[in-house]
Amino acid sequence: MAQNTRTVPAGTPTEVTQNHVKGGVGESTLRPDGTLKVTGEFAYSSDMWHEDMLWGQILRSTVAHAEIVSIDTSEALAMDGVYAVLTHEDLPAAKNYGMEFQDTPVLAYGKVRHHGEPVALVAADHPETARRAAAKIVVEYRELPLITDEASATAPDAVLVHENRDDHHSGHVPHPNIVHRQPIIRGDAAEAAKRADVIVKGEYTFGMQDQAFLGPESGLAVPAEDGGVDLYVATQWLHSDLKQIAPCLGLPEDKVRMTMAGVGGAFGGREDISMQILASILALRTGKPVKMVYNRYESFFGHVHRHPAKLYYEHGATRDGKLTHMKCKIVLDGGAYASSTASVVGNAASLSVGPYVIDDVEIEAIGLYSNNPPCGAMRGFGAVQACFAYEAQMDKLAAKLGMDPVELRQLNAMEQGTIMPTGQLVDSPAPVAELLRRVKARPMPPERQWESSEGSDVRALPGGLSNTTHGEGVVRGVGYAVGIKNVGFSEGFDDYSTAKIRMEVINGEPVATVHTAAAEVGQGGVTIHAQIARTELGVQQVTIHPADTQVGSAGSTSAGRQTYMTGGAIKNSCEIVREKVLEIGRRKFGSYHPAWATAELLLEGGKVVTDGGEALATIADVLEDEAVETEEVWRHRPTQAFDLVTGQGNGHVQYAFAAHRAVVEVDTELGLVKVIELAVAQDVGKAVNPLSVIGQIQGGTTQGLGVAVMEEIIVDPKTAKVRNPSFTDYLIPTILDTPTIPVDYLELADPNAPYGVRGIGEAPTLSSTPAVLAAIRAATGLELNRTPVRPEHLTGTGPA
Amino acid sequence: MDFLRPASWEEALAAKAEHPTAVPIAGGTDVMVEINFDHRRPEYLLDLNRIGELGEWEVGQDTVRLGASVPYTKIMENLRTELPGLALASHTVASPQIRNRGGVGGNLGTASPAGDAHPALLAADCEVEVESVRGSRRIPIDDFYTGVKRNALAPDELIRAVHIKKADGPQQYSKVGTRNAMVIAVCAFGLALHPETRTVRTGIGSAAPTPVRATAAEEFLNAALEEGGFWDNGKIITPSVAKQFADLCSAACNPIDDVRGTASYRRHAVGIMARRTLTWTWESYRGGAASTKGSVA
Repeated sequence: MAQNTRTVPAGTPTEVTQNHVKGGVGESTLRPDGTLKVTGEFAYSSDMWHEDMLWGQILRSTVAHAEIVSIDTSEALAMDGVYAVLTHEDLPAAKNYGMEFQDTPVLAYGKVRHHGEPVALVAADHPETARRAAAKIVVEYRELPLITDEASATAPDAVLVHENRDDHHSGHVPHPNIVHRQPIIRGDAAEAAKRADVIVKGEYTFGMQDQAFLGPESGLAVPAEDGGVDLYVATQWLHSDLKQIAPCLGLPEDKVRMTMAGVGGAFGGREDISMQILASILALRTGKPVKMVYNRYESFFGHVHRHPAKLYYEHGATRDGKLTHMKCKIVLDGGAYASSTASVVGNAASLSVGPYVIDDVEIEAIGLYSNNPPCGAMRGFGAVQACFAYEAQMDKLAAKLGMDPVELRQLNAMEQGTIMPTGQLVDSPAPVAELLRRVKARPMPPERQWESSEGSDVRALPGGLSNTTHGEGVVRGVGYAVGIKNVGFSEGFDDYSTAKIRMEVINGEPVATVHTAAAEVGQGGVTIHAQIARTELGVQQVTIHPADTQVGSAGSTSAGRQTYMTGGAIKNSCEIVREKVLEIGRRKFGSYHPAWATAELLLEGGKVVTDGGEALATIADVLEDEAVETEEVWRHRPTQAFDLVTGQGNGHVQYAFAAHRAVVEVDTELGLVKVIELAVAQDVGKAVNPLSVIGQIQGGTTQGLGVAVMEEIIVDPKTAKVRNPSFTDYLIPTILDTPTIPVDYLELADPNAPYGVRGIGEAPTLSSTPAVLAAIRAATGLELNRTPVRPEHLTGTGPA
Repeated sequence: MDFLRPASWEEALAAKAEHPTAVPIAGGTDVMVEINFDHRRPEYLLDLNRIGELGEWEVGQDTVRLGASVPYTKIMENLRTELPGLALASHTVASPQIRNRGGVGGNLGTASPAGDAHPALLAADCEVEVESVRGSRRIPIDDFYTGVKRNALAPDELIRAVHIKKADGPQQYSKVGTRNAMVIAVCAFGLALHPETRTVRTGIGSAAPTPVRATAAEEFLNAALEEGGFWDNGKIITPSVAKQFADLCSAACNPIDDVRGTASYRRHAVGIMARRTLTWTWESYRGGAASTKGSVA
């Protein structure tokens, strides 16, 4: 399909010592779960079963904002097969949880704050019985005024979504309905604006995207004899869950034993708690194992979404295209509960300038509390919304200057040594201009590919097999975009991972076991962890222990951080194990050969070898019956919080960059779009698994395409209710919507990162969307200030 | 919920007579979605899958008798010449898996305005063969759709087959969805030229409470074609005629705003599809090919 290329500039220190084992760092080892997933045999969290288990079912609010007047559970309790019907009154301990703000009720009490909030809970011996019992619970609501946007949230008489806030941001925000506000001031934007020959302003809207993972929220809680609970669940971060679950159960953390169950996609949507606490409460209450599985409809209410946003931008430039200043205000709607809104605000603010050098900026980002669905983490995390807006601005500016849009970007592109608006030095490669050059230099896909001697092949046209055009009204457009994303957890967060490595001899062969709590959500840790152990320990056989809470935290599988962080932790622990193995070798065999004392020793191909390549002993002979094991915590370099007034601070760990060129064909009469090609260039630092790298980049690109032309959760502004909670009406790209995605990746090592890696999963999601929008603008001549763009926007037939 | 499994058509009719609320199920591509979402909890499901004849078709002199359960895949594979409009419509139904299971009987039974087959059936012209223990009758397609998701069936009747006129001229079908596959119609349009009767028939989907024909547009076009001697001289249809036809098709819509699209867009898109499908079919007619240019057979 796509022609992918890999570029390693000469002299970059990315090569890893060659080992004599297969499947080490840099190889495209295949996923052990790949075939199982494709053939439908992989056990996802929804496939678990336990003898004598019950099924849990949530009753969710039918209104967005209301006082709960009464809850009558009597009819539900009276049903045969029902074991428990619980409301907030039955909660055993803490009534609220949350990753950063403990603002989310386990079950609503007092009031509900969004459509679909959990209000009551049922356990029954059959899922259908549980559903019917939940339907028999009678909840009386007294509706309250709705907060649905910035104006209604910050009005002087606005109803407070959360009264009596007492969190780490409540002291500095201008209004209690604002979760967090992050300004960034650098230079003097007002003064710099005077030097501008050209100024462009724009107001942009970013729709609410859903992660749309295919495996719905699900898990199994099994009560244990010691009064604790064993919980099997698909999540992105076991230890963050644990920290939130235990207080709500009134149990110490060691009585809540969590094991990762098969994850069917995440993209940020599993970073928050879903059914974990509720299933555990039911299990402890009934003394029976309890399984919970959301159906597709419920899943749309069961996790946070990407923050919809309003973005107001002003850019200035001199006549020759040098950016003078930027002012922006970004309003992110966090919905009813904070989730990770504060961090999304920090990201949006600190990355709002894009990958450009602008010395004078005035930036403000705020996150709202509202009665809309809660929003939180999703691939790209605040940087996505900003990129959509600043890239539209770059095109507007280029048009106004009469410049080529790529040249304008290249002229202002940041590079290693640039100072970010936060004052942070970009201290590793930032090949922004080069990435743009690469996507621009690619040959264009041929025009009018639908034409054949047999007539028009509709599969190659907008509308596809729906047969809406045979070429009429079809116009091609080309657009470019580039973005910047941070990698890892920022703003002073103590971000670490833990790896436990064991090395022993089994049946005469050295075997390494890698035990971490890292969530495999499809990103490829399952191959990469073994690759690193093979490279570092020189053993062929590596066992990946299931992820659980019996080992220290790996942190979240998000923010593009796991290869860097858990990869780094594994590398570090392996180095310690290797040293221990060598010590044993020196003790046993040191007297036989002087090299044991004098040479640099390595583990390669199951042997201890000198740096000169001389084998001294097999690992099997060194270890015999002894096992070597270590569990170590590993951290990236520390970051700082952003100043609450100036936004200054070394807030980020690492930056990632990707550029896209989109080629689209638009049926300008019907407003239907076919994306023909989405070419990507990205710096990945080091491709630990090249096949995974390409998969991540193509996946991120496709998710960006989705929010460009179809993906949006539509919330009725009059009721704050979700109107399309299904895959019938929340559309995600099918294979027929997915274009050729040629990937050109660079490997410019980050000297601070293990093997030089750079987080790769998020950056392609950023620039994909604005590139597609730019191409549609080029084809239609329309301004298009919102995404996703729908047929009615392209045909002047009104918004829905 | 009781699951009734008649072994024969006669048994099915008896079961339906005994349990008029029973919901017939064949491919299950509509019914199972409704049940899974708990939108519907029928007392009885009447499984028609053991009745082999419902999956069969016969090509007659003038019509095709299409069994109610003939899956869309079979229509695409076997009836492209006889039923070109319906074959094109079948291509737009959901995914390959759904096309292997779903059939026209289900579309008619559900009678959703968004059913993909309706515009093609209206344009081709057909009769729906329905039967009960009381006897058999044929309902002209023009009388079949009676309201939103309602049809002319009596509670004890089952759909047995559809008698669809074999194409005597070019037919076309277009559907707008907001992605390139697996999508419910925002709106759809079917058009069939009938040179034998020198008439044109249309069908509009998802742009009114029921599938409808644009009768005023048809009458206008029939008159314009007759007047200009177009059927005989095979001239290109003038843009003004095509435009007026398109405008009248738009005017035949009575759409709503919903999450899938605006009313205004639906009217607009139906007009565009009407003009394009008229151009395509007329070009085929002039070229002498009663074919479906644009398909990917």
